[in-house]
Amino acid sequence: MSVVSRPGVARLLSHRAGVAGAAVLVAAGVLAALAPLFISDETLDVTRVTAAAWQGPGADHWLGTDHAGRSVALLMAQGAGTSLLVGLSAAVLAVGIGTLVGVLSGHFGGWLAGALLRVTDFFLVLPALVLAIALSTVLPRGLGTIVLAIGLTSWPSTARMVRAQTLAIEARPFVERARALGGGHAHVIGRHVLPSVVPLVLVNTTLAVASAIVAESTLAFLGLGDPTRISWGALLHQAQLHGAVPQRAWWYLLPPGLAIVAVVLAFTLVGRALEAVVTPKR
Amino acid sequence: MRLAGRFGGAALSLLMVAVLGFFLFRVVPGDPVVSMTRGRPSTEALQAELRAQFGLDRPLHEQFWSYLTSLLHGDLGTSFTFRRPVAEVILERLGPTLLLVGTSTLIAVLLGLWLGVRAAWRRDSAFDRVTTGVSLTLWAVPTFWLGMLLMVVTGDLFPSRGMRDTDTAPDFVSQALDVGHHLVLPSITLVAVVCAEYVLVMRSSLLQEMHAPYLTTARAKGLRDDLVRTRHAVPNAVLPAITLVFLRFGLVVAGAITTETVFSWPGLGLLFYDALTGPDYFLLQGLLVVTAGAVVVMNLLADLLHGVLDPRVRVG
Repeated sequence: MSVVSRPGVARLLSHRAGVAGAAVLVAAGVLAALAPLFISDETLDVTRVTAAAWQGPGADHWLGTDHAGRSVALLMAQGAGTSLLVGLSAAVLAVGIGTLVGVLSGHFGGWLAGALLRVTDFFLVLPALVLAIALSTVLPRGLGTIVLAIGLTSWPSTARMVRAQTLAIEARPFVERARALGGGHAHVIGRHVLPSVVPLVLVNTTLAVASAIVAESTLAFLGLGDPTRISWGALLHQAQLHGAVPQRAWWYLLPPGLAIVAVVLAFTLVGRALEAVVTPKR
Repeated sequence: MRLAGRFGGAALSLLMVAVLGFFLFRVVPGDPVVSMTRGRPSTEALQAELRAQFGLDRPLHEQFWSYLTSLLHGDLGTSFTFRRPVAEVILERLGPTLLLVGTSTLIAVLLGLWLGVRAAWRRDSAFDRVTTGVSLTLWAVPTFWLGMLLMVVTGDLFPSRGMRDTDTAPDFVSQALDVGHHLVLPSITLVAVVCAEYVLVMRSSLLQEMHAPYLTTARAKGLRDDLVRTRHAVPNAVLPAITLVFLRFGLVVAGAITTETVFSWPGLGLLFYDALTGPDYFLLQGLLVVTAGAVVVMNLLADLLHGVLDPRVRVG
């Protein structure tokens, strides 16, 4: 048990997991981008499919069919785009708000920082999912609503981290020097605070996508998704609604869930690998 | 002084919860009656009557004031679908949720802390890798999906709907056994998802203590490895972990909503689902205020508990 090699091995391992995660994400991204090219609307139109419902996996439909006779494999491919798009947009929105609030409350002191901190702490403890459910119930159903509901409820942890980093960097002598030489707020934030916050923001975005995809699937499962689009969560909503559990239609239940787990885990692993790279070991 | 600050902060948070509830369900939707009667036969006259009945025809600031004062009296308004006081409906559903959430949290905390300690103490061992890997994976698993899978896998072994069968004998023992039988799958689902978080929290908490000088001292005294762990490292590391357990109470709430929906467990989570499919804004508002309020109170408890248990915080 040499002290030197252990962290080295661990770091290599975490990177290997990160590389595997990145590979999964590339595959999912390619699938989502190609899906509209080889899937026509007719094949997924409930009124126009000809195959029998509840078929197990076989030569014709290698992931079986759903309650209406649609191919589960094609539904999965079609759903990838929505799940990834919502996850990414909601994460960018959440991290964007978090960064803005964090930098402002870290850089400016006084009542503004106090108020922002108060609001951040308030939203940090509230159950984000409950708020997201409330928001998507009162707003009209649609893709924008889900993105808004997830984004507006999951920014506080980023705000806390960015604020801490802002405070740490502004205490450093070179920022004091910049101020002494006449650098204003814009200069200090633009030249010193933001560049130092970027790695942290990147890590946070990656991890935020993971939780946003889980949140999207949960909202869609509760029937709060965009009714005109297929996502992995919406597929599970349909499965539950049409009795896939009593039918023991495992081919209908497994793929969407496994896809969610794979992509969420991949984002988490990539995020952790990034974290290991950007935060220096103590 | 610090204590007064904590209570003041919690009171302010509760007020913000109330304001948020009003804003979300009375201001954002515009006219709640139009949204709630969508898809049902209704006339202008009927809608006007409903508006008058629920006090929606008065100016917004008057509505807000009466909402706030009734809230202070424990009055959460009237449910649109149940046509009964929201507080009454919520109180009825509290028992099943407390049973499910209480059982699951207890198991998840004990199991999670134990696994986390084991994993951290033998860092990078096979046990640690498996535990961390499984926890990370479970963290990525949507709660409702795990519940559906469990139902398919276990088949007819456990009941998957509701809390008790109608044909069970009325005596206490068979009723309790029946409820326990129904409780198995929902609580496994909730434990699996919540436990993963606790394992990771406990593990990282203990890892931070691993190189503390007092552990070197304990070892230098010649204490056995087990005693160093149980007497010195764990008592120090368990404090932040317990605090986090309280802080992540919102996680349990979220898990309960989907778990109860999948298993038709007749608690607050299922009520939440029923209210959002309605949609019944008045019921949703009450549920939001109650759950968010509970989370705020849990946080205050965590704060106070931490102060009692950890002298370093008390002094500071």
